[in-house]
Amino acid sequence: MSAVDEKKVNAAGQPDPNWEPNIVGFACNWCTYAGADLAGLSRMQYPPNVKLIRVPCSGRANPQFVLRAFQKGADGVLVAGCHPGDCHYATGNYFTRRRFLLFQRLLEFSGIDPRRFQARWISGAEAPKFRDVVTQMAEEVKALGPNRKLREEL
Amino acid sequence: MKRIGVFVCHCGTNIANTVDCANVAEVAKDFPGVVYSCDYKYMCSEPGQVMIQEAIREHNLDGYVVAACSPRMHEPTFRKCAERAGMNPYMVEQVNIREQCSWVHADKTKGTGKSIDITRMGVAKVAQNEPLFSTTIPVTKRALVIGAGIAGIQAAIDIADAGYPVTLLDREHSMGGKMAQVDKTFPTLDCSACILTPKMVEAAQHPNIEIVTYAEVEAVDGFVGNFDVTIRKKARYVDVNKCTGCGLCSEKCPKKVASEFEMNLGTRKAIYVPFPQAVPNKPVIDAKNCRFLLDGKCGVCKKVCPTGAVDYEQKDEVIVERFGSIVVATGFEQFDISKYEEYGAGRIPDVITGLHLERLMNASGPTMGKIKRPSDGKVPEKIVFIKCVGSRDEAKGRPYCSRACCMYVAKHATLIKEKIPTSKSYIFYMDVRTAGKNYEEFYARTQNEYDAQYIRGRVSKIFQVGDKLIVRGEDSLLGRPVEIEADLVVLAAGMDPQQDAKDLARTLGISYDQHGWFTEAHPKLRPVETHTAGIFLAGACQGPKDIPDSVAQASAAAVKAAGLLSKKELTAEAQTAGCNEAYCSGCGLCVAICPYKAIELKRISERVHGGTRERQVSSVNQGLCQGCGACSVACPSSAMNLKGFSNDQILAEVDALCQR
Ligand code: SF4
Ligand code: SF4
Repeated sequence: MSAVDEKKVNAAGQPDPNWEPNIVGFACNWCTYAGADLAGLSRMQYPPNVKLIRVPCSGRANPQFVLRAFQKGADGVLVAGCHPGDCHYATGNYFTRRRFLLFQRLLEFSGIDPRRFQARWISGAEAPKFRDVVTQMAEEVKALGPNRKLREEL
Repeated sequence: MKRIGVFVCHCGTNIANTVDCANVAEVAKDFPGVVYSCDYKYMCSEPGQVMIQEAIREHNLDGYVVAACSPRMHEPTFRKCAERAGMNPYMVEQVNIREQCSWVHADKTKGTGKSIDITRMGVAKVAQNEPLFSTTIPVTKRALVIGAGIAGIQAAIDIADAGYPVTLLDREHSMGGKMAQVDKTFPTLDCSACILTPKMVEAAQHPNIEIVTYAEVEAVDGFVGNFDVTIRKKARYVDVNKCTGCGLCSEKCPKKVASEFEMNLGTRKAIYVPFPQAVPNKPVIDAKNCRFLLDGKCGVCKKVCPTGAVDYEQKDEVIVERFGSIVVATGFEQFDISKYEEYGAGRIPDVITGLHLERLMNASGPTMGKIKRPSDGKVPEKIVFIKCVGSRDEAKGRPYCSRACCMYVAKHATLIKEKIPTSKSYIFYMDVRTAGKNYEEFYARTQNEYDAQYIRGRVSKIFQVGDKLIVRGEDSLLGRPVEIEADLVVLAAGMDPQQDAKDLARTLGISYDQHGWFTEAHPKLRPVETHTAGIFLAGACQGPKDIPDSVAQASAAAVKAAGLLSKKELTAEAQTAGCNEAYCSGCGLCVAICPYKAIELKRISERVHGGTRERQVSSVNQGLCQGCGACSVACPSSAMNLKGFSNDQILAEVDALCQR
């Protein structure tokens, strides 16, 4: 069980130096999930903080899911899909773009730093971009420390 | 509570090197619902699958998670594996601990930790999975081929030979595409028309092929097996049924304009066939240039036509037809050389492109096959070729190789020497790429027997002095500047996608790359399929290609299309949207967001307090739905859900990942 224990925030909720952020990622099957697979095939290295949930399209990511992640203790949420114009389902990511721009503002309004919630476009060929996005996000969220806003008492 | 199994794969050492698989399997035993868990060297191997099937039976599993490579790789394998043990294939979830874990995290503790987290996520999801069943959809046994160049013609003939009706459509008046403009083909130097014309005639006379030229695809609805295609047949102003193709009209038409087919080196009339071997060989009136259609004066063609075929009143006709599969073969456009200011391209008349030279060499071309300079009709003695114009040039936005230019330049140099024995060709090149069968030999002959001089280097400037063209460049092998006084400069213009390729891609719902070439479903393993089921690619619309490659790819696309048509019925996507009518308010938000027009509102009547009440609810066409899930997010009342990626499933995954 040591592997699990290691990721715990210390009891007082203080960001101890060994603390690692937990980031939930929603990745569309056709672009970003494929890009992440390609990063693997190319043996690129990046920190393990972002864990991907595979969805058919970034347009399947409901803001409700994002909210739930923060409620349940996620420190950051990434939504990533095909570049606008290249959606496998033609238009899905246009909706994602509009919806999540608004949502990012709304979260900011309720005290969540916009760096904790990002929507990014990563194609199936952009393995380096995938690596960079998750690395950067892990670093940023780590610097911000654990998220307390919206969080249910556990 | 469901009984769940967990199978952790080592993938040889691919996973096991940086993930403690036994530990993952051990920890998974405590996840809610898990009744069996184990690890094994290769889960996808035959013994691995047998092991899973035995575990399913022995432990009476309702579902299982396999922690292994990417589901994009082996999801079908593990679904089939479940099916063989009598389990519904959609009761399986594959989590990715290879591409997204062992290969990207070298630290074994971290890799093991993440593997445990994502396995927990998979288990949480499976606990919410429901058995899913695919429906079947009928197949309309007809194919549409868009583009009647050599690729489209070949694809149409192959599909037709397999026994299925084909509509071969082109927006030009005649079939033939770019190959019709070419004089001779490398490396055999056959005359292009001599090998293309019989193909055009074969297609035109084939009992299974219907040729529709001068027509465009306006809209595509429906889905694999059942595409409803809206086709606009443009007004030709000539009744093709009455016209015999005698040609009197063109002869008598007083209006002359530059001929597109002849690259503006020759002229045509306002009522014309683009080239003598055109199929169909019936004229069309070019409304932009016809005097009668412009201002009502003239009307000569109508007067002279012996069969009364000319009809100035003709209107575009729009038809909708259903096809089971579509082959896209819309080809390429020649790169617009005027982007090369430094070469005087588009300004200096004697700086021309490869296609111009094809027309100048062609026996039925504007000069009857005599190579003459466009400016003064002089026969050129010194000819300079510049390769990679609009190819392999980042600065011009064309980083790719056009693949045919190296060979067609060698061909041009050979043919010029044959036609003008006193001439001398100089060829500026970056590399010479001759990878096809007998190509290298051809290139060697061009140098050795036809005395073409290859100069490695770039040309920096071309300008006119008197009636000479001064070509200034650098010989990068000798490392010194060169200057040649040329009579004619031929730019080996590369291939561009059709200017409106992106529009067509959007109409068809297929993807394209940053340049506008259509993208195949997989660059190596699915080179003629698109991401949209039932739509295939042939020829240069997918990327630069020469004739042999285009023909080969066309036959490949035809096999795929015919294979699809040969099916009795197709299995539809099982992971589709569905509406819970009890929650649906009939607002219709889902109808508007669906990119496949798969949702309609329908009326239902229900019993309320002893009476019946009518109301609207949404209903999803399972054949049309592609499972994107957009509707499920748009729905304000959570009535719409996506099977396989339901709200409950995804929320369970979120919860599992956040659990600490
Ligand atoms: S899942 Fe996508 S394709 Fe299916 S009905 Fe909903 S919006 Fe349309
Ligand atoms: S969006 Fe939801 S409530 Fe509105 S019609 Fe569609 S399924 Fe019904």
